[in-house]
Amino acid sequence: MLQEELKNKDSLDGYTTVSYDNAIVRNFSIATVVWGIVGMLVGLTVACQLVWPELNLGLEFTTFGRIRPLHTNAVIFAFVGNGIFAGVYYSLQRLCKTRMYSDALSAIHFWGWQLIIVAAAITLPLGYTTSKEYAELEWPIDIAITLIWVVFGWNMFATILKRKEKHLYVAIWFYIGTFVTVAVLHLVNSFELPISFMKSYSWYAGVQDALVQWWYGHNAVAFFLTTPYLGIMYYFVPKAANRPVFSYRLSIIHFWALIFIYIWAGPHHLLYTSLPDWAQSLGVVFSVMLIAPSWGGMLNGLLTLRGAWDKVREEPVLKFFVVAITAYGMATFEGPMLSLKNVNAIAHFTDWIVAHVHVGGLGWNGFLTFGMLYWLIPRLYNTSLFSKKLANFHFWIGTLGILFYALPMYWAGFTQSLMWKEFTADGFLAYPNFLETVTQIKTMYALRALGGALYLAGVIVMTYNLILTAKAGSLVANEDVKVAVPVEHASHTGEHWHRWLERKPTQMLIASLVVILIGGLVEMIPTFLVKSNVPTIASVKPYTSLELQGRDLYIKEGCNNCHSQMIRPFRSETERYGEYSKAGEFVYDHPHLWGSKRTGPDLHRIGGKYPDSWHYNHMLDPESMSPGSIMPAYPWMFKNTIDTTNTAAKIAAMRKLGVPYPEGYEAIANQELKKQAEEIAANLKASGIEVKSDKEIIALIAYLQRLGKDINVTQEATK
Amino acid sequence: MTILLFLIPISLVVALCFLGFLLVSIKKGQFDDDYTPSVRILFDDEKMTKTNKK
Repeated sequence: MLQEELKNKDSLDGYTTVSYDNAIVRNFSIATVVWGIVGMLVGLTVACQLVWPELNLGLEFTTFGRIRPLHTNAVIFAFVGNGIFAGVYYSLQRLCKTRMYSDALSAIHFWGWQLIIVAAAITLPLGYTTSKEYAELEWPIDIAITLIWVVFGWNMFATILKRKEKHLYVAIWFYIGTFVTVAVLHLVNSFELPISFMKSYSWYAGVQDALVQWWYGHNAVAFFLTTPYLGIMYYFVPKAANRPVFSYRLSIIHFWALIFIYIWAGPHHLLYTSLPDWAQSLGVVFSVMLIAPSWGGMLNGLLTLRGAWDKVREEPVLKFFVVAITAYGMATFEGPMLSLKNVNAIAHFTDWIVAHVHVGGLGWNGFLTFGMLYWLIPRLYNTSLFSKKLANFHFWIGTLGILFYALPMYWAGFTQSLMWKEFTADGFLAYPNFLETVTQIKTMYALRALGGALYLAGVIVMTYNLILTAKAGSLVANEDVKVAVPVEHASHTGEHWHRWLERKPTQMLIASLVVILIGGLVEMIPTFLVKSNVPTIASVKPYTSLELQGRDLYIKEGCNNCHSQMIRPFRSETERYGEYSKAGEFVYDHPHLWGSKRTGPDLHRIGGKYPDSWHYNHMLDPESMSPGSIMPAYPWMFKNTIDTTNTAAKIAAMRKLGVPYPEGYEAIANQELKKQAEEIAANLKASGIEVKSDKEIIALIAYLQRLGKDINVTQEATK
Repeated sequence: MTILLFLIPISLVVALCFLGFLLVSIKKGQFDDDYTPSVRILFDDEKMTKTNKK
């Protein structure tokens, strides 16, 4: 390629030819659409399961707890992920006036990413999960993600270095920010100790794990769903409107302000939890500050269309962009508001948050992607869009879909939260039975599923429209264009940067310090962490081997998707669930299981609340104990036997992570396990239930009955 | 909360990297012109051939 360019150089006199790789953009676009449909279909399925739990068809692989993570991973990393790459590969080549650095790297990136998605789609339904939200994939896949991400970065930076355009357009800054930050987030959050192929324990425990998780989780939203899409907005909106961005200067300020503030906002996901107060406040302050750059960017995007509103009326691409940017504005206003502690006290754990993320997801990410695809596909195929009418139809049904999704969810969130917090005149909970607050909002769940169905229908119409567009044209796999040869050759940039460092000893020192700091941290932190797991509450003891196996089943079935284990210090919660949760109670929890949504009640103090037989019957048929419940039944847990081959390995791993099991516990772990299991089986037998002691349900009951009880020992003793 | 000893420096390192990017790019004149780049991206590259299929 380079030789070709050099050959052409003389003949073109100050110009050279460049061949843009459109095939890779086409591939990522197809992947975006395909995974979009898959991810939304799974989303629609889980939405329907919240109204009709039997829609899992009685299969463990299609149960809510397992496929809700499949939905989130598919729409975030498969749909939006491929959308990012399509947008980046198209715009980066044109902004740098050069082909992607390496076709081979592009291909490895593309196929590697699709393989990771397939691996996720297989392992999540099978129950291989770390339970950490938006990072559920197990350690071998985490490693694969790291490698492919490096390939993406390598390809991108090398392309930037060989660019034939001195200035880096603002979109490229957003892409760089995305790459760097996602790499750091993924690495830090995925620190885990493997105990076998496809099973690992988080390196961090309890409150520490929660903080890392939401530092990651919040920034996944910031640097996967936001910054790359802002880059895409800054390229495709001006291109589609054929107007320069409203203020280029503002776009630059937008980028730098956003990037410096976003990374500190994570703790707003943990307000009123066991996280130290000052860390919560820090998160709130930065979250509120975020409104400035976010709205600056949103206004910048919308005002780009100033004087072009007549075009918006005609052009479906621009319509999609307008709604996308508006949704971005709404979500980034709502976000800081939700970070205020008094608002968060109402909204957290409810469907309000689900509404919030879907305004962002369906509106901002979805509509920006659709607008981009409607603009991109005709250009890649050197033709025009098959049907504007269908695109307009998609626009309206999609917009309606968002409304039908978001409004019922807001309603459900407000209703349920108010019901949770309502007291009678005598000072008792008005709705002591959690189930009442669920059945109340079932209609809203049904309406939400309808909204999702409308939205998905729009995507299918788009797919049809885009296929016919592609058929009408032919793919311009390599787009040959004439570009000016820059006066200062781009390859000087690398040298220049280094020379700058070399000339300035102070900078050199700082740079070395940063490098050393990273190295030092990586070495020292694990030691810190292990030490900090010394319990602060003396009565809190490690889980027994059976309880640990039960806990892993709780993780496998994804119980944490609907049940929190975090009682906030409100009277409405301590009345309903019991004593509020304390940081010291979670020191042995690798990973933490605080959860982020209460579709069902909190479980932190469930231990000892009901007899074993209640749990047995409830897991076999939830409606037998709670008529009207939307929890699915778990019949397979009554057939499957506990996998005891790994008990010793699990105990050893936990000890390595700082959990103080007595010396030699590994050797007797399975003996102890059997003993405790037989006690539970005997207990069940006393209630007239015949069950073998080696079934999974026994381990789960053991874990549930242990939950939140350690602290009661001291309380009862001091009473 | 020793994890903060980890997260804060890591976040600071990320922030410092970006500060470095910012300073270097300011020095190199990336932000000297805060208007023309926005117009320049609107021009499509001149195509070499009308139908260049491979």
